[in-house]
Amino acid sequence: MELALEKAIILAASAIGAGTAMIAGVGPGIGEGYAVGKACEAIGRQPECKGSVTSTMLLGCAVAETTGIYGFIVALLLLFVTPNMFINKLIG
Amino acid sequence: MNAIENLSITGAKILFETPIRIFGQQLVITESQVNSWIVILAVFILCKVLTHNMKVRPESRRQIIAEFIVEKATNFVKGNMGEQFAGFAPFIAALMALSALSSLLSIFGLFSPTSDLNTIAGWAVVVFVMITFYKLKGGLGGYLKGFTQPIFVLTPFNIISELATPVSMMFRHFGNICSGSVIMTLVYAALATVSTAVFRWLPGVLAQFPFFQIGIPVVFSLYFDIFGSLLQAFIFAMLTMMYIASAAEDGEAAADARRQRKLNKQNKHKKQEV
Repeated sequence: MELALEKAIILAASAIGAGTAMIAGVGPGIGEGYAVGKACEAIGRQPECKGSVTSTMLLGCAVAETTGIYGFIVALLLLFVTPNMFINKLIG
Repeated sequence: MNAIENLSITGAKILFETPIRIFGQQLVITESQVNSWIVILAVFILCKVLTHNMKVRPESRRQIIAEFIVEKATNFVKGNMGEQFAGFAPFIAALMALSALSSLLSIFGLFSPTSDLNTIAGWAVVVFVMITFYKLKGGLGGYLKGFTQPIFVLTPFNIISELATPVSMMFRHFGNICSGSVIMTLVYAALATVSTAVFRWLPGVLAQFPFFQIGIPVVFSLYFDIFGSLLQAFIFAMLTMMYIASAAEDGEAAADARRQRKLNKQNKHKKQEV
């Protein structure tokens, strides 16, 4: 178990980084909530447009979600890819 | 505590390694490839069964279902891309069927090929090639000139945003499906832990049996596996159609501009001759 402290630092930093990256989830949450609220308003005003409003809203939500997804992918990379990479670099 | 310790979130497992080497990388057959073969086979069998023994006047229920699907797909494509792109209906329908069925594989506990980035990267590259093909219809000059709009300083940003199209498409699809499967794994582990904590007093093997895993995950699975999968298939197809339609519009506009310029030049020559 040589370099145990260094490995622990790498793992801890990766975990903290992954947690921080997921703060990106806040933005899409607010944005999508706003979009759904507006869609509800639109349906309340014109109930006959429900179908097209809903499908447009879902498409917009999925596009708005992209930034959150980027955060999630960074978190995945930090959790599963980078620790091994850095530890290998440390040993090799 | 066992469930949490045994928890493992992994990518696609490598099933066997082939001796073929491409650019120094060994070609391996992974779980996602095998599962997408299963999906392709399923789609093929479905098409064969639905279109078997067709009549001019539909008699069987199979043919009515097949006609319903074809009509829906054609109308969907026509409604979003315009009448002249009706030929895209088979491509879009195939993309949707592959995406939806691949994601729905996770219901059966199999690894879904769409939670592997490589599968969707392949589709995104296909879509990117089609977009570029339709933009190139207006000539190479018009295509390259499109990058310098509105002013030439923005050229690097235009190139980045052009490349960001397939990247954002594949990350969106992959991220949604993958986050769903990660959350489902966590939910199963958490339910197992809670049920072993609650039913510790039961005798023997029963104490270790995860009772809470029966029924409760359905609620989460409905959203993450079924709704998420179908929604992502719909959105991938929708974005494909929108990007291709707008690329074709750009190409058409560039071709028109070129034709106009040619006409002007000819007219000028004629005037000079006169």
